[in-house]
Amino acid sequence: MQTKTKELTIKAGRTEALYWQDLWRYRELFYFLAWRDILVRYKQTAIGITWALIRPFLAMLISTIVFGNLARLPSGGLPYPLLVFAAMLPWQFFANSLSEASLSLINNANLVSKIYFPRFIVPASSVIVSFVDFLISGMLLLALMIWYNFVPNWRIVTLPFFMTIAIAAAIGGGLWLAALNVRYRDFRHIVPFIVQFGFYISPVAYSSSIIPQQWRLLYSLNPMVGVIDGFRWATLGGKTQLYLPGFLLSTILVAVLLTSGIWYFRATERTFADVI
Amino acid sequence: MSNIVLRVEDLGKKYLISHQQPNSTLREAIASTVQSVKHKFSNTNANSLSKEEFWALKSVSFEVKQGDVLGIVGRNGAGKSTLLKLLSRITEPTKGEIWLKGRVASLLEVGTGFHQELTGRENIFLNGSILGMSRAEIKSKFDEIVSFAEVEKFLDTPVKYYSSGMYVRLAFAVAAHLEPEILIVDEVLAVGDVQFQKKCLGKMGDVAREGRTILFVSHSMSTVESLCNRGVLLESGTVSLNSSSEEVVRAYLEKAYGTAKELPLSQRRDRSGSGRIRVSSFKLLNEQGEEEPALQSGKNYYFAIGYSNNTGEPLKNVVVCLDLMDERGVRVILLKSTFTNHSLTLNRDRGYILCSVENFPLVQGMYRVTLHLAHADREVLDHIEDAANVSVDGGDFFGTGNPGIPNLCKFLVKADWSTTSANSLSNTQSI
Repeated sequence: MQTKTKELTIKAGRTEALYWQDLWRYRELFYFLAWRDILVRYKQTAIGITWALIRPFLAMLISTIVFGNLARLPSGGLPYPLLVFAAMLPWQFFANSLSEASLSLINNANLVSKIYFPRFIVPASSVIVSFVDFLISGMLLLALMIWYNFVPNWRIVTLPFFMTIAIAAAIGGGLWLAALNVRYRDFRHIVPFIVQFGFYISPVAYSSSIIPQQWRLLYSLNPMVGVIDGFRWATLGGKTQLYLPGFLLSTILVAVLLTSGIWYFRATERTFADVI
Repeated sequence: MSNIVLRVEDLGKKYLISHQQPNSTLREAIASTVQSVKHKFSNTNANSLSKEEFWALKSVSFEVKQGDVLGIVGRNGAGKSTLLKLLSRITEPTKGEIWLKGRVASLLEVGTGFHQELTGRENIFLNGSILGMSRAEIKSKFDEIVSFAEVEKFLDTPVKYYSSGMYVRLAFAVAAHLEPEILIVDEVLAVGDVQFQKKCLGKMGDVAREGRTILFVSHSMSTVESLCNRGVLLESGTVSLNSSSEEVVRAYLEKAYGTAKELPLSQRRDRSGSGRIRVSSFKLLNEQGEEEPALQSGKNYYFAIGYSNNTGEPLKNVVVCLDLMDERGVRVILLKSTFTNHSLTLNRDRGYILCSVENFPLVQGMYRVTLHLAHADREVLDHIEDAANVSVDGGDFFGTGNPGIPNLCKFLVKADWSTTSANSLSNTQSI
């Protein structure tokens, strides 16, 4: 009955108010696109979903050896693998989201040019895929904690809050890059750089406490700094400190990234089919 | 009127086509890149990249009533696809407005959103949800979709192992069970075998009888006539006729024969393909190589396709298709150079491709020629519909002076007749 009476006017140069309503109507597509990507990724692989564990584990191992054992950076009394892995989780989530989301629209060009649905779903569902990976590799963190006999304190319950910030950052950045990629394929080459450099300028393989105090605020201009520090603070408890001004700055920047991302995506969305 | 479900008013869509000057040397290419980067940053509108406005649609208006089956016809480049894209909200109009009532589903391509690696079952769910069905809806129609597509046995096989027929059947089956109030269908039925095409047309007919509205784009005039009750004829971006489907088909065919006469082939713009080779003329030659204005059934002919080669070097591995359509738009002859294992090499600049046909079998009538040149079956070099009209004027096919009954058939075939006694049939076979 409801669809019978549904009317729609498409007018030149006016973004329809129905967009968010449509997004809700197509909500199952988030799930289906993410489901497709996960399904496809592990088809015809011998060890399947185990890859989601192996990649972060190896990255953690290498960072521990290089930064912990060779460079002997301070870990604040914590086992270095634990210090690295608590940061590796949000970082890999963010990095994967960014690279997948930035390519998502051009990889689905045939959908974009042949079928209508809110385009927002495409980059968003690649963030969902990375989130599933995040949950799987999260089990590795648990295993590490058991291995080192480490019991987190009450702060662990604040983890979803920091995760929300990470998701907002991933979606914000993903929307920007996905939309830019449609018009300027240059970004296909830029994103790997962002991810590579981001690893070093974010406190993933080291603790942000080694940054000199006078540079801390500047350092926090990187939105992932707040997220990663938050993750360490929530999971590793006790001795880790949260540098509050820096954290607030990072969080505000994430909010700016997300809103501007949505704005730019919405503004360019209706030309996607013409230029892709 | 309250039963109008779709209204299009003054609709227009503008595209910007950028013409990049071809860079002949690497030095020029680098210089022009630097220039264009400079202009991008300084935001001046220099003409190193000249942009041309192109209105794919301009002030298109029409209305569709509930239960109508509207055929949208027009030549290539008339704006049919653009119109469908606007109606199905894939792209936004530049001006004007569209008013729609009810759920719209569009099927612009069979199997959009199918993923090669996924099984048939998985693809039904994925494709269904992309087309706008809810999971519950797909579940309830799942069995119906599977039996319509006749793929029960292969449900859990990845579709990359499907035959192309199965693939198309499954894709159409999902879309056919959408149950929208307005269904927009592009020429998707051109694929698949004849039996399945009939099934699809039957399904669309059912949909129409249920009071739903269908917008249908096709090049097949007989399909448009049999399926549609209304028609819209598009011509270079405008509606040139909005009437019953019979009248629209008639007007389209008249126009089609008209344009083939009006312009020389080299000046035609309604073509597609990369343009590395352009067809410049089409001639009918008799056995002696003299040009003929019309054909006669039963004689031997050459079709001569003149071309100009813009690649600057000889081009090997060229595949040529020459199709003849009757006045209903039914393809009656399809000649392709690869059928007979001919590999053609084109000259450096200009030349002719010759296609010889013996005992020309078509009965008298008007036929339209579509020419298609491809490079190694991958790159389309040039494609022109209605490139020429061919008129067949009788002729002594049987060599007896008897013309046959050309109104009742399309082809002439020479046959031998004899009689034999009841028991000697096995002997005749063994001879």
